Amino acid sequence: MTEPIIRVQDLRKSFGTLTVIDGLNFEVKKGEKLALIGPSGSGKTTILRILMTLETISGGRIEVAGEPLYHMQKNGAEVPANEAHLHKMRRHIGMVFQHFNLFPHKTVLQNITLAPMLTKGESRANADKRAGELLEMVGLSDKAGHMPSQLSGGQKQRVAIARALALNPEIMLFDEVTSALDPELVEEVLIVMKRLASETDMTMLLVTHEMSFASDFADRVLFFDKGKIVESGPPEQIFKNPQEERTRTFLRKIIAAGQHV
Amino acid sequence: MGDWAGYLTLILQGAWVTVKLTVMGCALALVVALIAGLGRVSHVAVLRWISTCYIEFFRGTSIFVQLFWIYFVLPMTGLWSPTPMQAGVMALGLNVGAYGAEVVRGAILAVPKDQYEACTAVNLTRYQKMRHIILPQALPLMLPTFGNNAIELLKATAVVSLISLSDMTFQAQIVRSQTGNTIFPFVTILILYFIMSLLISTGMRYLERRATRGLDGVR
Repeated sequence: MTEPIIRVQDLRKSFGTLTVIDGLNFEVKKGEKLALIGPSGSGKTTILRILMTLETISGGRIEVAGEPLYHMQKNGAEVPANEAHLHKMRRHIGMVFQHFNLFPHKTVLQNITLAPMLTKGESRANADKRAGELLEMVGLSDKAGHMPSQLSGGQKQRVAIARALALNPEIMLFDEVTSALDPELVEEVLIVMKRLASETDMTMLLVTHEMSFASDFADRVLFFDKGKIVESGPPEQIFKNPQEERTRTFLRKIIAAGQHV
Repeated sequence: MGDWAGYLTLILQGAWVTVKLTVMGCALALVVALIAGLGRVSHVAVLRWISTCYIEFFRGTSIFVQLFWIYFVLPMTGLWSPTPMQAGVMALGLNVGAYGAEVVRGAILAVPKDQYEACTAVNLTRYQKMRHIILPQALPLMLPTFGNNAIELLKATAVVSLISLSDMTFQAQIVRSQTGNTIFPFVTILILYFIMSLLISTGMRYLERRATRGLDGVR
């Protein structure tokens, strides 16, 4: 087996006195598509945010592509990472947010080309060309000159996906990317993500409440509750034959709420 | 009639001084406000500390006193002897800049956290984040209050008459004492001040429209 691209060891995270992640261990293989499911407040979004360095950690250790994320070597000792180290490590990782977080003062094209030009020193011509390909992939070639405020939620989210892809990260994090969308706009985003999952060897971590999508999309599903992994396995196991009582209870509630699994 | 034309010329000469003070004072205030405002939100503690000291000092003491210090006390240190115009611009710019710095800070903090997180996710450096994402969105939020500050600065220019600079108010006093007529000079400067502040607010409204263009979907 190849070296895992993400390794989380004894991760702990508290906000004040509230512990949201409590001694978490898991690994993600290169190219693996992982779905994180579980009740709200179970810590799954926090894990993505920690991997994107949007939070700090309270304890434990994370390695990304063989290097510690929140630690670095200094004079032979391991010390907490500084901004320069985090900056270097973030090159491995991209993220798509629940609320898109597009830059409202930039056009669709500029949203996508800004970071490659600034952080990778790409020429405008190259960045524009790549953005054009990405916009075509997400089906928005005709919107390059639009402002984000002129787009629907589904279109915004597809632009956000293109923006993250423009940096060619090895790992993509999707944080409840369809939760803020009107129901009729969910499909167009899911189609893009399915294509992405089948056409690239990118490692993908997905936090979602769309169980049937998680089932289609993922190689492996992690079921979280109270900051811990209760059960993990291929989607057939988690959704059709869960081993743990808590998983079964959760799925029953989801099905009762009208979702197909 | 010829006398009045002469007196009007005197007042207009003063108006020109007022305009110069206002324009240069605003320019200095803007620069200082941006530097101190960014300093207030810096991740470097020393910069935050220096900015806070500057802001609290210049907001907390009277502009009269500041002007006297710059014009009368500073030369005693042997460092610099400003001309009355330089002293006026400096006192006005530093005083109003302190208020402006808080506006800059507030506007920067008013940009949603989402935007900061998106910058991290696309791996922008702190400088790139400020320059390309945060400041362009914060600027439209600053402009209305900057307009207020500029008008405040215009009205504060009258204090420079205390250091023998012949601004509009100073000249009006001269005309009044020479002619014994109170109505003519004071009505004139009332109108002139009003026109100047009208120009400022019209200009600021134009800038606001330009700065928010695009954010509402219209380019």
